[in-house]
Parts: sequence; C-alpha cells; structure tokens
Amino acid sequence: MKSMKLTQNKLDIQKIWHFFTRYIDGFLLASLLALMGLGLMVLYSASGGNISKVNNQVINILVALTFMWIIANTPMQQLKRIALPIYLAGLALLVGVALFGEINNGARRWLNIGVTRIQPSELMKIAIPLMMAWYFDKYEITLRLRDYIGATLLLIIPVLLILKQPDLGTALLIAASGFYVLFFAGLSWRIILGLSALGAAALPIFWGMMHDYQRQRVMTLLDPTTDPLGAGYHIIQSSIAIGSGGIAGKGWQNGTQAQLDFLPEQSTDFIFAVFSEEFGLIGNTLLLLLYLMIIGRCIIITANASSQFSRLIAGSITLTFFTYIFVNMGMVSGILPVVGVPLPLISYGGTSMVTMLIGFGILMSIHTHPKFIRT
Amino acid sequence: MELRDHPIELQKFRIRLAISVVFVLTLFSLLYVRFYYLQISQQDHYSTLAEANRISILPLVPNRGLIFDRNGKVLAQNYSAYALEITPNKVPNIQETLDQLSAFIEITPADRQRFMKLMNESQRFKSLPLRNRLNEIEIATFATNRYRFPGVEIKARVYRQYPEKESVSHVIGYISRINDKDLEHLEFKNELHNYRGSQHIGKIGIEESYEKQLHGITGFEEVETDAAGRSIRVLSRTLPKSGDNLILSLDFGLQEAVEKAFGERRGALVALDPNNGEILAFVSKPGYDNNLFIGGIDHENWNLLNNSIDRPLNNRALRGVYPPGSTFKPFMALAALELGKRTPEYSMADPGFFSLPGVKHRFRDWKRGGHGRVNLHKSLVVSCDTYYYSLGHDLGIDNMYNFISQFGLGKKTGIDVENEVSGLLPSSAWKMAQYKQKWYAGDTISAAIGQGYNLATPLQLAFATMIIANGGKAYAPRFVKQIQDSKSGEITDVPKNLLYTVNLKPKNLEVVKNALIDVTKPGGTAAKAAANASYTFAGKTGTSQVVKIKQGERYNEKLINERHRDHAMFIAYAPAESPKIALAVLVENTGTGGSTAAPVARQVFDYYLLGNTPDAADDSSDNDAEEHDHSH
Repeated sequence: MKSMKLTQNKLDIQKIWHFFTRYIDGFLLASLLALMGLGLMVLYSASGGNISKVNNQVINILVALTFMWIIANTPMQQLKRIALPIYLAGLALLVGVALFGEINNGARRWLNIGVTRIQPSELMKIAIPLMMAWYFDKYEITLRLRDYIGATLLLIIPVLLILKQPDLGTALLIAASGFYVLFFAGLSWRIILGLSALGAAALPIFWGMMHDYQRQRVMTLLDPTTDPLGAGYHIIQSSIAIGSGGIAGKGWQNGTQAQLDFLPEQSTDFIFAVFSEEFGLIGNTLLLLLYLMIIGRCIIITANASSQFSRLIAGSITLTFFTYIFVNMGMVSGILPVVGVPLPLISYGGTSMVTMLIGFGILMSIHTHPKFIRT
Repeated sequence: MELRDHPIELQKFRIRLAISVVFVLTLFSLLYVRFYYLQISQQDHYSTLAEANRISILPLVPNRGLIFDRNGKVLAQNYSAYALEITPNKVPNIQETLDQLSAFIEITPADRQRFMKLMNESQRFKSLPLRNRLNEIEIATFATNRYRFPGVEIKARVYRQYPEKESVSHVIGYISRINDKDLEHLEFKNELHNYRGSQHIGKIGIEESYEKQLHGITGFEEVETDAAGRSIRVLSRTLPKSGDNLILSLDFGLQEAVEKAFGERRGALVALDPNNGEILAFVSKPGYDNNLFIGGIDHENWNLLNNSIDRPLNNRALRGVYPPGSTFKPFMALAALELGKRTPEYSMADPGFFSLPGVKHRFRDWKRGGHGRVNLHKSLVVSCDTYYYSLGHDLGIDNMYNFISQFGLGKKTGIDVENEVSGLLPSSAWKMAQYKQKWYAGDTISAAIGQGYNLATPLQLAFATMIIANGGKAYAPRFVKQIQDSKSGEITDVPKNLLYTVNLKPKNLEVVKNALIDVTKPGGTAAKAAANASYTFAGKTGTSQVVKIKQGERYNEKLINERHRDHAMFIAYAPAESPKIALAVLVENTGTGGSTAAPVARQVFDYYLLGNTPDAADDSSDNDAEEHDHSH
C-alpha cells in the first residue's frame, strides 16, 4: 500500500514537472537564467545597493518568464492565426499614439488606455516579424518581387509612425527585425546591395531630416571631446569606466565611476559600463560568450524549424536579439551613436524584458512542438 | 510565375543562416577589439582619467516657496537647523556606530527604526538623516568627538514647518520624503534632473498640486574633490532659483472662526466668494498635525491617526460624499420653474405623504399630518417633502439629472487641488451602467428630496450655492489667488476662471431666492439661527441620512447610536441682494440643519461681513419642535 502511494506521489510530481517543462528548452532557459542572475548582481551594484530596485527587477523577470512559458506552450499554428489581428491592433494603437499620445521627454510614445499607459512600439517589436513571416508563409509558393514589395510596405508604415514620435532607436531596431525577415525569405542579393548603395547615397538627405538632438549625437560620437559637459559627457564617462576596468576589473561594487555617480543612466542603458568597470575584460569575455551561447542555440533551433513561418520568425528574433546587444555595447563603448537601447536581459526595466522573453518563448515553441512535414 | 522547389529553398535558407553566423561573429569580434583597445592598450590612460575624475557636480537645492493666506499670514514656512547624517557606505558597522553615537547624542528607538527603514530604501552613498534639529550642546559634543565617526556628519538643512497645523492641514497638505513612486513619476514628467539633491516632495493638498511652482529650480556647483570625496574648491556655481510663493484666497481669520464655531464636532465647511470662485474658508474637522509627516511619520502617530474613529486624515470637504438631503430642493425648485412643470402660484394639499398611482407604499413627509396647502415658496420655507415627491414624479429622473448637473453636482468642480471626487447625481443611464437595472419610479421620489442615490461633497454644494447666489456663473473654485516670483518679488494674479454660465430666467431665480431669504425669517426652518442678523441671509437647511428608516417607523434621535444619527447640512449666502460669500456646511451626526449647521453659518457670516469673532461652539443644541423630525 505504502509503496503504491509513494509511486503515486512520484507520478504526480512527474506529471507536474512534465506540465511545466514539456515545451521548455532546458539549455536556452539555463543560459537565460544565468544571464539574468548576472544582471541582478550588476543592478545591485549599479543602483548603489538599492535592494528595492533589485526586488522590482525580480518581479519583472518573473512576469516575463510567465509570458515566455505561455508562449512556449502555444503551438505555432495558433501564433500564425493571431499574427494579422495583432499587427492590425498594433498599427491602430500607433495611429492612436500619433493622434492622442502623451508627450514625455519631448516625444509622443505612450498611449493612455484608461487603466494603464502602454507603448505600442514595444508590441510592434514582436508583431512585425510575426506579420511578415505570416505573409511570406502565405505566398511561399508564388514568391515574386511584388510580394517583397508588399512585405516591405507592412514594415515601412509602422516604422515611419515610430520615427515620427520620434523614437529613432526603436524605429531602427524594428526596421532591422523586418529586414531580417526579408533577408531570410530570400530577398535577392542584387536588391540588398543596390538598396545599401542607395541608402549610402541618401545619407545626406537623411541627415537633413534628423532632429537636432540626433545630429548632435552623431557629431559627438565622431569627437566626444568637443562637448565634454553636454552630449559628449555620456560617452567620455562610459569610456573611462570601461577603460579603467582593465583586465580583471575593480571588483563588484568597487567601480568608482559607477559608485560616485559619474555614469549616466547607470541601471538602464549604460549598465554595461558598470559591469565592464567592475569585472574588466575577463567579465566582458564571459558576457559575450554567454550571449553567443544563447545566439548559437537560437541558430540551431532556426536551422531545424520545419515551416517557412517558423524559420523566418526564428531567424528574425535571433538576429534582432543580437542587434540589441551589438547596438547597446557599441554605444556604451563609443563606436555607435547614443540611441536609447537597453542591454537585453541585464538592463533594468520590465517592458523590454517581457518583449525579449516572449521572443524566446516563440523559439522554444518552435523547437519543442511536434514538427509537421509539409506534403 | 515560377513554382519554387522546396529542398532548394531550404538549402538557400541555410546558406543565409550561415552568412548571418559570420555576420554575428564579425561584429562581436569588432566589439571585442574595442574592449581590448580600451581595457588593455589604453588602460593606463583611462585609469588616470578615472583617478582624476574628481570634479563632482553637486546640486544646490532651492528653497521651497512659502504659502500665505490672503492677508499675508504664513501657513507654510522654512527654517534652517542642524541634522546628524550618516553615509552608509562610509560606515563599516552601522549598528555599532549607532550604539556609540547614542553615548553623545540622544537617539531614540523611533529614530533608529526610521533610519534603518530609510537606509534600506536608499542608495548607500547618499547621506541620510539620523536625528533632526540638534541643539547647540549636541552639536558641540559631537564636534569634539567627530574624529571617531567617519561617515557621520552634521549638516545644515532647511526644514518645512506648518505653524497652524490642524486648522489648515486639509488645505495645505504636506511634503514628505521622495519615494520610488515619486521618482518614477518625476522621470515620466522629465523632471528628475531638477530633483537631484531634493529630499522632499509635496504629497497631498496644495503642497502636492502646486509642487511645480513651490519646488523651484535646482542649481549646480562644480567642485574639485580629494581622494576621499571631500570638496577642496569650488570651480563654478549656478545658483538655484527658489520656489515661488503662493498667496491663497483663504482668509485665515475666517478659517479660525469656522474652527471655533465647530468646536469639537466633526464636519466640513466650504465658503466661496460668489464673484470669482475664490475659496475663503475650507475646513474639514477634525484636522491633523501635518508637521508629523514631513520627516516620515512614526508608527505610533500613524496608527493613532489612521485608526481613529473620527478619521482625521479624511478630507471631508473635498472627498466626503453625503446625500445632500433638503439642500437639494432649491435646485429642484429651479428645475420646476425653468422646465415649466410648476408655476409659482400652483399649490397642492399636503396630507403628509405621497404615493405613486396604484401603489400602496407611502413616502412620508418629515412633518406628520403635512403642511396644509403648499406652493413653491412655502415648500422651500418649511422644507415640505411631499411637494418635491410629486414634483420629482412629474419631472422624471432624466430631466432632473440634465438640469441639476448644470450646478456641478455629480461631477468634479475643477478646484485647483488634486484628488477631488465627483459625488453622484443619478440618472437612468447611470443606473443601467452601474447595476444593469432599469430606473424605477420609486427611485425618483427619494432622489427628489436629495436622498436615494444622491451624493455630494461639501465643496460641490458650496459650488452649486455660489451659482444660485451669483445668478448662474460657474467659477472654478480656487485656493491660489496670486503667485509671487521668488527672485523679483513680482506678484502675478491668477485670473478668475468662468467655466460656463447657467441660463436662468431672472424671474424664476427671484422666486427661489426670495424663498431662500424667508427660510431664515420667522416660520422658516433656519429662523432661529438667523434671528436679528443685520444683513439679509439666504439659505436652505438639510438633513443627510446615515441609516435608512423602515416604512412606518419614525426617526427618533435619542434611540439611535450617536454615529448613526443624521448629518446636519446648510447651504447659504449673504448679503442676499449682492452676495459676498456663499457656503455649504455639514455637521456630522447632530441631526437637523436648522439647529446645528445654520448657527455655524451665522457665525461665519458675522465674522466675514461684520468682523465679529464667534463664541465657542455650543454643543447642547436646543432643538425646537419643528426641527425634531427627519429628512429636511
């Protein structure tokens, strides 16, 4: 009797375990958790030992993990079905922002929907790759130039709306995520190269369209010393933080740049400078390797995805994740202009954490659900 | 059109995936090269820079603006004093340091508890207060022992003080330490940079609503520091700009007169200038000592205030909602005349109750046996319920709603402080939305005498009274009359804000206004309170029900728990021919408006119009027989 009961208990535990882990990719989850744990440590130091900020971030992580679990448990067929409605809703919200949005920091990015404020551009980070993948999946058999143009329109309209807010960073990242879908869908090299050439030629026009503060950022990048107390301050101070870290760093909570408040936005966009100052080149190597592990796993999942829809969405999410890392680290270390992009899974903040983990939830779903071979 | 071949497509896709791997690795290598350059090749250079990074930018906190009443009486001020402060990350063992410090300076367990709480919520390199307002002996004792306590310092700080405490606490509100939520809010409004160095922020009342004007603009000081972070010399300085001073329309003398007239009773009074919406008095009794909140309130005081049955933290004038009772009748009377449902001449026989056609239920008048023949004038003077039951039935709820909402009931008045509530003026649409139920004819009958679903704040009633008093002008009520620039001393008037005008026929208005004057004459429900007044006094009494009385039962004050007794209400303005003050007063759990609320209004008018200081409140209110009953 007793042993039966034990077996029964064991079975129950197995069932529960199975319920929670069935659609979770263990390797990916472990790497994500390692990275987020590291992030909490850095945040504790960057916020000057403010435990309540760390607690908030733990809550952000738990919420984001819940979203990830739900998405991982959703088969791709279902995601495909909601791609169009989500995209249309996101587009409607963006138009809403343009018309009725709240102005904050001189930009109109938030929409008040009574209960809470939302930032529709964040939703579009997932909705656009989803929509474009859906589109290519639908027209897969008869792909012609016209279809690429249609897909490009799906991308350009929301990107222009976000540019107008103005939110250059988000617009560029969303444009990149859409471009990755086009790229994986087989956009011909001639067009890619042609467009790049055209883009380079159009740079002066783009320069003319940019806002003053955006031009300032580019100028500052080229020579930060021209404006040491104004716009160049961020870049100079974060370069000092990284450089003075040396090989082994100054040790956790011992970064003078961070602790004496020289660094701007040190728990959000510039948190990498704090990390770099305290953990040095060794820490940076470790961090890049952790990110590479995650990207590598994502690439394997992408390569094994069974449908056009899954392949495109997985490829785009993977490269977008990489783009975030590159743009943030590039900006903090002074090789890219300052655009407001958080360091994925490390920077303080709930919204980007949720968006990121929804992306990984999609990858897990692609990998763990049974794959149907198209006949 | 070409049909694509799957294996070839897949092949193509995998090639592109491989290309993206190369792309990722290339860009990561680029980053790595940059890190190597910064951290290895240039390490010495940047280490030197970090070492030399000794130019700190220190914020210079502006002085908060002062708050005065209309006659220049100070209601919120600042003073400097010395505080004992600790920077946690410079102190190896906090507990030990606190123990040692208490040998020189008195540190109570409450100080300690507050400090530990503060420390857990703050950044470790910020200087945090342990004790405020040190006396000279304490300063001297600490100074001689300072060398023993690295990281502990005496700092000059500016403190806020509210000299009048309870009597204006619900107007002024208070400032308190900035918390995480405030920071988020400041960040959202893009004002965080202006709060570097600020420790306090307005949390409620005028301190909250005029935070932007009161706070001022933070200045900066560029200082060179030594290795330990102590400043050696100042390189440049941008002086802060102090916050602007606020001059309120509030008359503190009047406010005190109200306080005195209330005595120990609970309730609220709002008095407006009907010519511009200026708030002359704004009282919610009881008040609380708002000074307690500035440095963070301790547990004991908080529990005392928060758990008190008298609810001193509740701003009754702004946020307390009460059925307006019979003070609703003047607005009903105006609706009747304006919408043509009654003429001033029409009269009806009042048997002492009203029944809907074909229904047995009796809606009773407060006076058993009724008032005899009643016309509109008499209905207001004696506060006849039956007249309004029948009027309500003829008007219908939606006509009532549409007309009376013009007087600001059921919506926010637009006063210049936050957290106002909108009360409730019921309509059939509201009931459907709220309860998914249709409106019943019986609901209209109780709504017609200001009971039922009706709820209003004392502020709303004062606002509505102002509109009658000035003949239809809805001015936004406001506390702040003038703003004084701290630097130039220049005073700017805040212009009056006419929200809209209610179209009322002068002859209809006159009928109602005449009746309101007769309310205070012999035979009216407020006759006693207004006896021998040297100015004309117009008003309407009311009773706000706290518990429902069952059909057939009578209200008997003596048998009811004191907290369940009705609230007394009164709305009034004076002098009636050219009003200078309009008010609404509520006295909780004291019965009828004529006996307890109207005398408060009388004392307020006597002070404001004649300059007479009131006698202390008379708690043993002698009810005349007519005033004994329920619901008028």
